[in-house]
Amino acid sequence: MDTSEDILQQASPGLIPGSGTARAAKVTRLSPSFVSWLQAGPMMLVFLAFFLIPLVFVVIVSFWDYNEYQLLPVFSGRGYTDTFEGCIAQLPDLCTIGKTYLKTLKLCFLVWAITLFIGFWVAYFLAFHVKSKTWQMGLSLLCTIPFWTSNVIRMIAWIPLLGRNGLVNSGLVKTGLINHPIEWLLFSEFSVVLALVHLFTFFMVVPIFNSMVRIDKSLIEAAYDAGATGFQTLVNVIIPLAKPGIVIGSIFVITIVMGDFITIGVMGGQQIAAAGKIIETRVNALQFPAAAANAVILLAITFLIISMMSRIVDIKKEL
Amino acid sequence: MSETKRTNGLSRRTLLKGSASLAGLAAGSGAITGFPYVKSAETKVLRYLGTAVNEGDDIAKQCLKDTGIKIEYITATTDDVTKRVMTQPNSFDVLDTEYFSLKKIVPSGNILALDAKKIKQFDNITPVFTKGETPGGKKIGGQGTAPWKVLYLEGKDSRKFATSATEFVTLIPTVYNADTLGVRPDLIKRPISSWSELLNPEFKGKASILNIPSIGIMDAAMVVEATGKYKYADKGNMTKEEIDLTMKVMTEAKKAGQFRAFWKDFNESVNLMASGETVIQSMWSPAVTKVRSMGIACTFQPLKEGYRSWASGFCVSKGVSGAKLEWAYEFVNWFLSGYAGAYLNRQGYYSAVLSTAKAHMEPYEWAYWMEGKPAEKDIKAPDGSLLEKAGAVRDGGSYEDRMGGVACWNAVMDENDYMVRKWNEFIAA
Repeated sequence: MDTSEDILQQASPGLIPGSGTARAAKVTRLSPSFVSWLQAGPMMLVFLAFFLIPLVFVVIVSFWDYNEYQLLPVFSGRGYTDTFEGCIAQLPDLCTIGKTYLKTLKLCFLVWAITLFIGFWVAYFLAFHVKSKTWQMGLSLLCTIPFWTSNVIRMIAWIPLLGRNGLVNSGLVKTGLINHPIEWLLFSEFSVVLALVHLFTFFMVVPIFNSMVRIDKSLIEAAYDAGATGFQTLVNVIIPLAKPGIVIGSIFVITIVMGDFITIGVMGGQQIAAAGKIIETRVNALQFPAAAANAVILLAITFLIISMMSRIVDIKKEL
Repeated sequence: MSETKRTNGLSRRTLLKGSASLAGLAAGSGAITGFPYVKSAETKVLRYLGTAVNEGDDIAKQCLKDTGIKIEYITATTDDVTKRVMTQPNSFDVLDTEYFSLKKIVPSGNILALDAKKIKQFDNITPVFTKGETPGGKKIGGQGTAPWKVLYLEGKDSRKFATSATEFVTLIPTVYNADTLGVRPDLIKRPISSWSELLNPEFKGKASILNIPSIGIMDAAMVVEATGKYKYADKGNMTKEEIDLTMKVMTEAKKAGQFRAFWKDFNESVNLMASGETVIQSMWSPAVTKVRSMGIACTFQPLKEGYRSWASGFCVSKGVSGAKLEWAYEFVNWFLSGYAGAYLNRQGYYSAVLSTAKAHMEPYEWAYWMEGKPAEKDIKAPDGSLLEKAGAVRDGGSYEDRMGGVACWNAVMDENDYMVRKWNEFIAA
């Protein structure tokens, strides 16, 4: 969606001023808006066929009924009512779905805050301290290392490091800092956040770096000349100008973490609830309408978060 | 079935029209491969959908050598196999699945029952499947989806299970086993004899069960019954109240920090055990073997309450007919003729036709795996790697003792939907 709108955005500013002159009017017989639509068309078709239409089906199926082995195409709110089962009856205790989303949001917030902090400084370093283009490229490629192995291998590799008899624990015990191995290093919220940060900081680094390299260096010099301290330059010049990158990075990280169930499952020892996990369990039990209903709920909540973020920064305007 | 026929009809018509280009297009797109006479000229290929349990490369190679049938494996997890049968019944030919999933698969009408009369060894299939007793006459526990409850259909196209033997067999039995808890004897240092030990606070933070609801709840039920809290009428078919009770016990244990992690995948279970993260957990036989082959002590502990058993077998997709169906019969007959059975027995599973498997095993292998006797020589895995040194005895002993000790079978409950919701609640707790 972003891409198609980008194309529209990029296409129309060039054409609209151009159509003002007589020469341009002769050359372009097609109306500018038609050209814009034409340019955006292929992407829109792909988007329609592989995203919007399937999404419509998910919404439709979420209102169907089901039995042990098939979908029953009759209207039913069962997928939703089952999901919110006990939400009123159990008050003030949270129901399953409430607990699950609270946990998911908590993990999401932690991962977002940490990846933003680390990602921002990595990008800052790459953009302002590394002068050569080659080094910038090379160092950003280093950030992709966590993606070089498969998910499963990466997860298994944490056990010898963080496990009860792992490197960290045996190291700490040997140095005498602790007497018993620390249990919460693995299969805990700590390990989930660690693994997610390890994976997704890259998604913060790239867009923020992209915004930062586009900052006109003379603006920073101007700030310096006007007597701004380094901190003032950061807060008043760099951060506002890097905002689009920050928002795009945040959208990446939040959408991925909200839907994640593999990393949370493996690192959390399958004992931590996740919104994605509920969907997976339902799909595996062949309860597709219930899974679809949960997918719609997850989508709505993620969409809500993202629209709140785009309220703060108008990405389209900033780009 | 009907869809395949329609495709054939269309391509036949396009061919008759004499439109060469269209025919070429159809041939290119693979639309005319359904013609029997085209098929017979090709190599015999069967797409085999199943879990990794039976899908040994050696089995496929030997099958090609003996029968000329090329097996193409489609490997998926138990849940994904069922999902695929429901949603893409034309994407496979032969299905290898567990009996408990039949309660979902059979009513969907996506599979074809096989004809018992065409299975040469059918009368030699172990009475575990047909009568619910061991060859030695021990009665086997029938709670859950026991194979003999769902072995036969009322008719060829029936979607109802027959109560007595008919010639229409839902799944031709291939492999089964009796599962129990795996323990680390070197870390526990005392005998373990009951399922209730899984929730013993002594192992706080060192226990695990599997996170596949339909199997996990059976293990949970074994534990609840072992602690004496409740006695189920049928663990494999709980009422809502029983599900609530079972999950309550498990939730309390989870909140108290009893479980280190839940596992879902074979390798996860091996890792948890081998690394010492857990010392007692529900486990599968080859996973125990794998931990042991790493030089780490691990026992597939027989328990006084008995085993939780599972079984799987073959059927074919409803889209299979004609020559392909004949190959499927040829393949199933080959599978029961001994080579594959011996291969499975050597992995610690059990084969459905014991006599043919025995003929393909060395007497000392048979004595170790099936009779529970001390190994006369070193015991090797099918790939030749060393499993046990001479003198070792199989955990749980003989076939009679292990299968005779089965208490319940993997199951799909009538209240499956409710159970899955409660399982999600358990994970979120």
